[in-house]
Amino acid sequence: MLDKLKELGSSIGLNPADWSEQDIEEQKLGWYPGHPTPDDPLRWGRTFPEGARETLQNTQMRRNLGYATGKIRTKRNTRVEELPDWEELREAGSLIKRNTLAHLPELLETFEQKVTERGGIVHWARDAAEANEIAYSIIAAKGVDEVVKVKSMATQEINLNSYLEERGIEAWETDLAEMIVQLSHDMPSHIVVPAIHRNRSEVKAIFEARMEGRPRFATNEPRELAMAARAHLRKKFLSAKVAISGANLGVAETGTLAVYESEGNGRMCLTLPETLITVMGIEKIVPSYRDIEVFSQLLPRSATGERMNPYTSFWTGVTEGDGPQEFHLILLDNGRTNVMKDEVGREALKCIRCAACMNICPVYRVSGGHAYNSVYPGPIGAILTPQLLNATDRKDPATSLPFASTLCGACYDVCPVKINIPEILVHLRHTITEANRGGLPNAWDVAMKGTSSVMSSGKKMERAGNAMKAGRLAAGRDRKIGHIPLPVAKEWTGTRDVPAPPATSFRTWWNDEHEETK
Amino acid sequence: MNAKQEILNRIRAAGQIPAHDTARDYLCGTEASRSDIIADMVAALEDYTAIVTIVPPAGVGDAIDEMLSEAATVVVPPGLDESWRDAAGRHGRAVRIDDPPLSKADLDATDAVVTASRVGVSLSGTIILDGQPDQGRRAISLVPDTHVIVLDADDIKATVPEAVAIVEEHPLRPTTWIAGPSATSDIELVRVDGVHGPRNLRVIIVDQTLDR
Repeated sequence: MLDKLKELGSSIGLNPADWSEQDIEEQKLGWYPGHPTPDDPLRWGRTFPEGARETLQNTQMRRNLGYATGKIRTKRNTRVEELPDWEELREAGSLIKRNTLAHLPELLETFEQKVTERGGIVHWARDAAEANEIAYSIIAAKGVDEVVKVKSMATQEINLNSYLEERGIEAWETDLAEMIVQLSHDMPSHIVVPAIHRNRSEVKAIFEARMEGRPRFATNEPRELAMAARAHLRKKFLSAKVAISGANLGVAETGTLAVYESEGNGRMCLTLPETLITVMGIEKIVPSYRDIEVFSQLLPRSATGERMNPYTSFWTGVTEGDGPQEFHLILLDNGRTNVMKDEVGREALKCIRCAACMNICPVYRVSGGHAYNSVYPGPIGAILTPQLLNATDRKDPATSLPFASTLCGACYDVCPVKINIPEILVHLRHTITEANRGGLPNAWDVAMKGTSSVMSSGKKMERAGNAMKAGRLAAGRDRKIGHIPLPVAKEWTGTRDVPAPPATSFRTWWNDEHEETK
Repeated sequence: MNAKQEILNRIRAAGQIPAHDTARDYLCGTEASRSDIIADMVAALEDYTAIVTIVPPAGVGDAIDEMLSEAATVVVPPGLDESWRDAAGRHGRAVRIDDPPLSKADLDATDAVVTASRVGVSLSGTIILDGQPDQGRRAISLVPDTHVIVLDADDIKATVPEAVAIVEEHPLRPTTWIAGPSATSDIELVRVDGVHGPRNLRVIIVDQTLDR
């Protein structure tokens, strides 16, 4: 197959030697190689521009993403328009979450007490390492070498699967998309639809190569592929002794936890094994049971554009004769208390992980989730990731994220809990810029200094305006200036086309128009 | 210092965060008529590809029999109405009562399940089970491939807040909200029914005002 393609490539004048390693790898695998599991799921070591440069080359990914985000946006809009009280629900959702932050210590203590009263065991974890250690020690005590998992961002954030794998425990992701990601040794690229960057042909290739028993499929129909996943996982559900989940919310008043899902894999994990371990960020608390009525309307419509997701499970500690008889809850900080310190930025903690901001973001929609180098991509990732990491140093790749935005505001409009993402983006840009003052000036500083001298003088400005005419020649017939390989200009034009300057400057035009009145 | 104390200290060190009264200006009830609410429920469920029928109280047995037509084995919760259980056993279908609890393997080898339900929400086509004896433990309505739910028309509420007010009376019960059969949209956002849970959802709405 690869040889044939190389031949074909040569015949149309492409030199296979110029192909990138990824392209060659793609031909061998049948799918574009994914992003390998990093050491730190919140910081993969590159800046957003570097990440985007790589993902933008993947035309297949851009097609898959454009198709999927378009479809999900339309569904969301239809379902949101059905509700006459959407704005009132958003306002309530926003205020409930603010109140959670305002009373967090008391709410967490009540929550712990209620879970404990109902036979649950509550653990507290300052960071990822501590959370992983707690989860591992519970599993190790059970003497098992595999566990089943419900899709969970909290466990992605702490890299739990890798931690367990290094200690000989296999963690099986049971959500179809998470399973696709896991089998292809990839990272998720979206919060709700982690394999959004894959199409059906790639999924078929991944299943045929990596699923137990190496199945063969007659077609690449989603139904056929999904049924293979069902058969593959059913055995695991029936035999697993330990399950791991996250939680969409925890009710302080009653100690109740909730998982919203579609496939029933969540119910399988939450119900069939003997032991359940739930990892939950401390900000997921809501004060009262009644608050469920707000989030059960906001979340499904925003996340998957459905009136309601097929399955939602609520449980409180342990119920005799129904479900796991041992329940552990790990309450995770891992940087959330950093976020709380910033009075503008802390609004990011209201996030209910619906991913509506990703689906609408013009930057995410072309660059894809991997470009953000964090398990939290898109607009919410751009404000959450640097804050969780407490990153302000310009050398830290995470500080490039707040700059990866057009500030168009669409993410704020769709956010079901009214997080003013653009405001926080600007605020973080300011914080990061202020934190990096002093030291040696960089090329931008020098360029800006030069510009201010030109802009402060009418004469100089006029001369500069005339000089701009040269830009018109550089632009050529499409009236766009592409890459300019000069310092500063390079950084700007590497990622943007610049429109050609007008044939005449405003000053020249004014002078010509008003010649007779001079 | 232990982790709990340290986390709580960190939160307190972040400073006072202003609290707000939660405005609940969203819709909590509706003026829709009973018949509209039932019609909305049917439409929302059918939109999820569930099969729905509306029958008078005396017609439940026949409806159960019909909904189970292709099943050979059926599990029922111990507290299910006896006449419903008998209907499940018509035509030689094997009925397994989940008392003592069936093993996971036995459940996996069972074709269908019949349960009652607590409350429904017409606006989103959601049915809520709260684990009482007529509904059984969560596993029985999960592992078999076909789930037949009997829902009293008077238990259908229009809005989520009305339904939450009912389940909130017993918040500690394990509660499952069901909206259509198991489904995934993970491959190109194409909805595929039945990935891991029941692939078929069949709902019998019992309308007390109907005459046979």
